[in-house]
Amino acid sequence: MARRAKLVAQGVAVGLVALLFILLVWALATDEGGDLANQANRGDLPAAPEFVLERLDREGELDSSSLAGKAVVVNFWASWCLPCKEEAPFLERIWRENRDRGLVVVGYDAKDLRSDARRFAKRFGLTFPLVFDGAGDSLDAWGVTGFPETFVVDREGRVVQAFLGDVNADETRDELRSAIERALQA
Amino acid sequence: MFGVRPFVARSGVLSVLGAVLALAVLAPAAPGQDPPNAADLEAELVCPVCETTLDQSDAPVAQRMKLFIRERIAAGDSEEEIKDALVADFGDGVIASPPGGGFGLLAWLVPLGAVVAGGIAVAVFVRSWSRRSPTPQPADAVDPELERRVDEELARLES
Repeated sequence: MARRAKLVAQGVAVGLVALLFILLVWALATDEGGDLANQANRGDLPAAPEFVLERLDREGELDSSSLAGKAVVVNFWASWCLPCKEEAPFLERIWRENRDRGLVVVGYDAKDLRSDARRFAKRFGLTFPLVFDGAGDSLDAWGVTGFPETFVVDREGRVVQAFLGDVNADETRDELRSAIERALQA
Repeated sequence: MFGVRPFVARSGVLSVLGAVLALAVLAPAAPGQDPPNAADLEAELVCPVCETTLDQSDAPVAQRMKLFIRERIAAGDSEEEIKDALVADFGDGVIASPPGGGFGLLAWLVPLGAVVAGGIAVAVFVRSWSRRSPTPQPADAVDPELERRVDEELARLES
């Protein structure tokens, strides 16, 4: 009886370890953290994650499916993020220059106070759509691990390029414009 | 009378305890309650970026949240109002302790359950080990002839 109990306990222990190992492998295989940016920048054209989020600039929500057929620049930011402040005017300019060509810039605010985010938008005169995810629950789907990050999505919903960090430097601005052209032509 | 004194003592203690409990539950909050303490709140709220409590974080968002807390205290908000406002922006995860109701109850029950289950498992194993310990068997009776010869040898050695 004692030997049987010991065997059962050993079996349970081995089973638990095996289960944990399987979970680890599964998590690694399905983890897209940071991988979306890598895939995009390798030219794999991964599908952009879908979202339905509260609007920060007006009442209601923004459903990403409503952007079908448009090229989208998705910019992740927060009001407390210093580089986000530096790039905000350039993103507003990108939006104004290209909105009539079928481009939408979406400001994706996360881990932030709503009041601070609205003050930020007012301060920099942002007129493009702004969405809010205070808890940051949707960041994992994009692999976002810091702010700012910017993803350029083509008309077919595929990520053509990702920018980790601000897009304000001259060279990065040129790359962003080039990515937008590719996204608009898709 | 047999058994009266212990009964009276127990019922007296229980009555006092019941009265104290009732007062604690039913007594209304005293008017002019002290405003919330910022340091206490910072220890109960979590930075959404670094995931430590605010009092242990210097992240920009944590600094902004600390300032928010002080602004709301100055505006006369209660502790609950301040927490509710931060939960509305950052979600339930901003509270260091999980909520006591709904799904959050699992965060309290699961660890407690694990401790109880572990304690029971240890008790069962210890008990089974105790049972498996062999009980000493009575010594077999010594052969009288052998005993006599051993005694003779011992006597010869001693002499």
